[in-house]
Amino acid sequence: MKPSAFHYEKPSSLDGLLDVMGKHGEAARILAGGQSLVPMMNFRLATPEVLIDINGLSELDYIRQDGDSLSIGALTRHNVIYDSPLVAELSPLMAEAYKHVAHTTIRNRGTIGGNLSHADPSSELPAVCICLEGHMILRSKQGTREVPAGEFFLGALETAIQPGEFLAEIKIPVRKPGVGSAFEEVSPRRGDFATTAVAATLQIDGGICQTARIAHAAVADRPARIESAEAVLEGSALDKARINQAAEIAASETEPSLINYHGDADYKRDLLRALTKRALQRASENSVN
Amino acid sequence: MSSVTEIKQVRISLTVNGERHEHEVEPRRLLSDFLREDLGLTGTHVGCEHGVCGTCNIMLDGRTARACLLFAAQCDGAEIRTVESLGTVDKMHPIQEAFWEKHGLQCGFCTPGMLMSAAELLERNPEPSSEEIREAVSSNLCRCTGYQTIVEAVQDAATRIREQANG
Ligand SMILES: Cc1cc2nc3c(=O)[nH]c(=O)nc-3n(C[C@H](O)[C@H](O)[C@H](O)COP(=O)(O)OP(=O)(O)OC[C@H]3O[C@@H](n4cnc5c(N)ncnc54)[C@H](O)[C@@H]3O)c2cc1C
Ligand code: FES
Ligand code: FES
Repeated sequence: MKPSAFHYEKPSSLDGLLDVMGKHGEAARILAGGQSLVPMMNFRLATPEVLIDINGLSELDYIRQDGDSLSIGALTRHNVIYDSPLVAELSPLMAEAYKHVAHTTIRNRGTIGGNLSHADPSSELPAVCICLEGHMILRSKQGTREVPAGEFFLGALETAIQPGEFLAEIKIPVRKPGVGSAFEEVSPRRGDFATTAVAATLQIDGGICQTARIAHAAVADRPARIESAEAVLEGSALDKARINQAAEIAASETEPSLINYHGDADYKRDLLRALTKRALQRASENSVN
Repeated sequence: MSSVTEIKQVRISLTVNGERHEHEVEPRRLLSDFLREDLGLTGTHVGCEHGVCGTCNIMLDGRTARACLLFAAQCDGAEIRTVESLGTVDKMHPIQEAFWEKHGLQCGFCTPGMLMSAAELLERNPEPSSEEIREAVSSNLCRCTGYQTIVEAVQDAATRIREQANG
């Protein structure tokens, strides 16, 4: 199908963006890579009256280290992040998860900011941001605010972005020395959205797990940490039995509610158990302690 | 405020297959429709119009993009290449020769997108492994071939291009 008619704006500065956002209010939608929004417009699931194309805003396109944060501008294309040696070095978990994000052609256009603003519950990147306890930097005419990733995703395709705000930057803590991480996913084909995915990081000291973070994707209306499984790991020696116990808890205490033809609740529970186990095993292997 | 927003045509100037074009387009005009209907370049196929099938793949400033997920209005100043830029019936591109020889197509509906994906891969990676080829065409749906002959065709195209370069 074809999209319904809209008025097109292409601001050339951040101030210009805020001006056109103010002028058109809730009739307007931001267009970044278009890899989620344009399909919705072609199906007329989205019928914005005004489209604000932010592709001219190179100020939102960067990857840099700011102290102990990795800062990524919202308009940075997936493939730029995927190929970035800085991201591989400072956030191995994000780099690994990117191997599962869409296909080359989609990654050429799609942006990290568009992905997180779209908040597809089956996307890998929201789970990564939650697992790493990242922050979203939102800007509006009133100024800038930082929202923890854990409070940003409110439901399927729903985020904490308020009218008049846009996502400007994603801030991820740089991996601390010795921390191990792993991303595990099952999807129908490489590059498809996840059927279920698990992200994990482990900080181990003298064989004892100090900090564990585990997050799932494609299981519920939004990604979330599995805190009960984290709790059995923290303060314990990380042996096989402990990892199995955490995987068992992840499976039994998570209620899969995102059910589709790729997976029912029982299957997703099985995947949670298997993927949590694999992610923890690999994260413990690649942590330096 | 909103419903009175007037929809203006957008003036674009872009290069398609080396030729300069100036057009006035309605903002909602998809690039795929612009290429096919306004420029008559029907090599770019349209299958799903939601980014999934890949038959509309074109090159936008040197990298593949879904023409069905771009508005022509966004392409002011862009350099676009479509499947028509590769070769002609009389003078085929090595990738096209390889698809012909290795039966990389049956009905041919997916072929324009496959060729553009293959062209992007080979421009960046002249000696891809079969795993890398599989990954490159993983977002191009083919309902006929079963992909095996497509992978063989891309491999053969890589050899042809290397041989040509070596004279
Ligand atoms: C075939 C296919 C396969 C895919 N597979 C995957 C996959 O496996 N995993 C995955 O994660 N994704 C996948 N995607 C989606 C892809 O990652 C998209 O690029 C991404 O979800 C949206 O990013 P975008 O830049 O294209 O955003 P757009 O489509 O332009 O926008 C998406 C939404 O975010 C809003 N928005 C965009 N930028 C901002 C901003 N800075 N501030 C506020 N709001 C903003 C828009 O208004 C819109 O509502 C796939 C897409 C396709 C077509
Ligand atoms: S028509 Fe563009 S991807 Fe199918
Ligand atoms: S040859 Fe028919 S769809 Fe690929």
